[in-house]
Amino acid sequence: MIPDFGYGLILISFGLAIYSIIASVLGYYKRSFKLVDSARLAMQLMFPLITIASVLLMYLLATDAYYVSFVYEVTSRSMPMYLKITALWGGQAGSLLFWAWTLTAFSAAVTLREWDRDRDLLPWVVVVNSVTAAFFIGLVVFFENPFAKFWQTIDGSVISAMFQPAGAVPFTAPDGQGLNPLLRHPGMIIHPPMLYLGFVSYVIPFSFALAALITGRTDDRWTRITRRWAIVAWLFLSIGLVLGGRWAYDVLGWGGYWGWDPVEIAALMPWLVGTAFLHSVMIQEQRGMFKEWNMILIILTYILVIFGTFLTRSGVLSSVHAFAQSAIGPAFFIFIGITIVISVSLLIYRWSDLKAESELTSLLSRESLFLLNNLLFISILIVCFWGVLFPLISELVTGQKVTVGPPFYERATGPLFAGLLFLMGIAPLSAWGKTTLKTLGRSSWKSAAISTVVVLGFVIFLKMYNPYAIIGFAVVIFSALITLHEFWRAASARSRVQKENLFVALWRIFGKNRRRYGGYLIHLSVIMMAIGIIGLEMFQTETQGTLRQGESITIRDYKVTYTDLAIFDTNDNRNLARAVVSIEKNGKYVGELYPRRDYFYESQQPMTIPGVRSTIEDDLYVLLVDWQPITTEGATFKIYHNPLVNWLWWGTYLLIIGSLVAMWPQKEKSSVREQRKVSKSTILDQSEA
Amino acid sequence: MKFKNSKFLIGGFLILAAVVYLIFSSTQASAEYFLTIDELVQKQDTLVGKNIRVSGAVLGESITYDTSTLRLEFKVAHVSGDNSVIESSGGLAEVLHQATIDPTRNHLTVVYEGVKPDLLRNEAQAIMTGKLGEDGIFYADELLLKCPTKYEEAVPEQAEG
Repeated sequence: MIPDFGYGLILISFGLAIYSIIASVLGYYKRSFKLVDSARLAMQLMFPLITIASVLLMYLLATDAYYVSFVYEVTSRSMPMYLKITALWGGQAGSLLFWAWTLTAFSAAVTLREWDRDRDLLPWVVVVNSVTAAFFIGLVVFFENPFAKFWQTIDGSVISAMFQPAGAVPFTAPDGQGLNPLLRHPGMIIHPPMLYLGFVSYVIPFSFALAALITGRTDDRWTRITRRWAIVAWLFLSIGLVLGGRWAYDVLGWGGYWGWDPVEIAALMPWLVGTAFLHSVMIQEQRGMFKEWNMILIILTYILVIFGTFLTRSGVLSSVHAFAQSAIGPAFFIFIGITIVISVSLLIYRWSDLKAESELTSLLSRESLFLLNNLLFISILIVCFWGVLFPLISELVTGQKVTVGPPFYERATGPLFAGLLFLMGIAPLSAWGKTTLKTLGRSSWKSAAISTVVVLGFVIFLKMYNPYAIIGFAVVIFSALITLHEFWRAASARSRVQKENLFVALWRIFGKNRRRYGGYLIHLSVIMMAIGIIGLEMFQTETQGTLRQGESITIRDYKVTYTDLAIFDTNDNRNLARAVVSIEKNGKYVGELYPRRDYFYESQQPMTIPGVRSTIEDDLYVLLVDWQPITTEGATFKIYHNPLVNWLWWGTYLLIIGSLVAMWPQKEKSSVREQRKVSKSTILDQSEA
Repeated sequence: MKFKNSKFLIGGFLILAAVVYLIFSSTQASAEYFLTIDELVQKQDTLVGKNIRVSGAVLGESITYDTSTLRLEFKVAHVSGDNSVIESSGGLAEVLHQATIDPTRNHLTVVYEGVKPDLLRNEAQAIMTGKLGEDGIFYADELLLKCPTKYEEAVPEQAEG
């Protein structure tokens, strides 16, 4: 009964999506605002309907409804409740529904705003959102139905279908297959939805961009409206990426925090373009330049988002993430193809309207440096594309499939990322319009000198001879100093003029220009993350050994002593082997770690959970590799020393704070409000006419 | 005016050249030949020392693990690298199963030093990156495993009767 109801809701939503597309287009051409508004309401109505459908599916998942094939595929009785519910995005059908759910939420939210000034954009925003929603809901309705039930036919075989086949009887499986143990981790609650939220939020700026192209309102209105959405999307995507890295770091078998796996790259690509977009829209707003470029970036982001969803969900790539395989590939390709054709034609049609209002003149002006920033991001994107496509190209050309692995990406993107970090430092020092080398040099030479001295100190006293680390730290310290100095400069100037305490002044400058100082906070967070990545990539050390009870092994300043091992069953069908090791640092006892190995009886699969001691300086990461089952006397450990890695995770918190500052609504100036009143009346006149 | 443009053109060219250089030099430095076990066995002499990525079906009984040195050794059997062939022969799980029970297939011995992956077991698909030694043994630096058998079956085994 519940599955039928849920399926019915999805079916109605699909109808609403189709209706809202048609009504909106008709309304636009017939100049009937009523029709457009009914399209808008139809689109908003999809949200509560899909919400109920999703909640119903979660209810089925939570209550072990094994007569539903999706529930059977992704849950089992022994799974904890939080995993049963979040299994919604553990399988393909459910995650497509989840995609549609978040999209309808965002579409509803964005169309609740006041439309007086932007009434002409509305119909096309509705169309783009509804088309995207129709695509995903259509996939759920026609290809991947999470509400399909099991039926047993006359010959005894079990099939999965929505409606009762002739002569078949309902069938309920005794227990489900359960989620892949690798996915049974608290990370499952939050990593996939964050990535999806990031993916889906980019639909909103894209819909406004397309609306601007169609209606010819190619001024910066669309970027101003969607600015906050672009930051929200970027924030979610960033969090999703870092959480994925954190999850991989916490669970062995995924290989570090980032493996340049095709699916990771698929999620990174929209992030790269989205980051470039965040920067270049500022040029459009300040200088009226890069209009066509911004259009290209947001269209590319949207396409990469759909492509990324497709890659993670279709199983076309052999990757650790390819948990699902299905026949929805062609549908995605057709959708992406149509999107490209329509977007590119519109872009060509409006190309002459997207002329820049001013020109690039100085190589070191802020707009030139922003352009360079964009080019570097796009270069990294091209490197990623090349890496993903190279096997296909080489097979076509030489007949031999040749792939490139992580070393390729590290080597090719390393200098580009370093370039970006450097730019991040100097770009805030350059001025709009024209900047000379002299002024840039005057404001940055102190930071350059200090960072050189500090890095020389590292070389001499810490014996840091790795050239990449030397360059990396030099750039990172240089940019950090300049960014911190920018805060200090603004705050001290304000405290002098306003006679405020320095901290109050620092607080107030955030209020004055949230976007700028939020952005600088994000820059600092990126610097922190870069420190973590340099530490882990350049200075990780490892050791391994088989120890008898009481024996120890040393790594760097640490001494790890094997003290005990216990093997026992848990009530959720696992067998645990849990070792106790005590840790000394420089001869001083600092605590115990409990590396363990869980064995899942149900799926006959083990899972290794490291014991980690984490400080700002380094992580000690201990894995239990093997043990003697009967005597529990000897056990084998693999131990990693990961310097500075915590900076990567803590940087993320600052990134979140910085993004929140940047997107926090700024008080609108009264003059703008006046203007809005005026334009409201003129638009009303127009629509009556 | 012309001068203004030309300096941007030169700058753009420099960036382009740098990116092209980075891509090509990195590709050359880290290219991996993607081969099936049959191809590897056929062209054995020409491949020694090159970076190779190869995949095969794990033979469960061949797995040995020396925990004092963390040396892992196992055999993999040839499976087709062509997706459409895999689809038409009943999916990856079936293909892997057939590979492990067919004694006529080419086998490859793999040596890997490190932590034994949780997913390494009979009929798993192993994707290995490393080099082929002159002794015909594949020395893997990286080991990725996929177990399609359990989690991709959409329909429960049929009820009795």
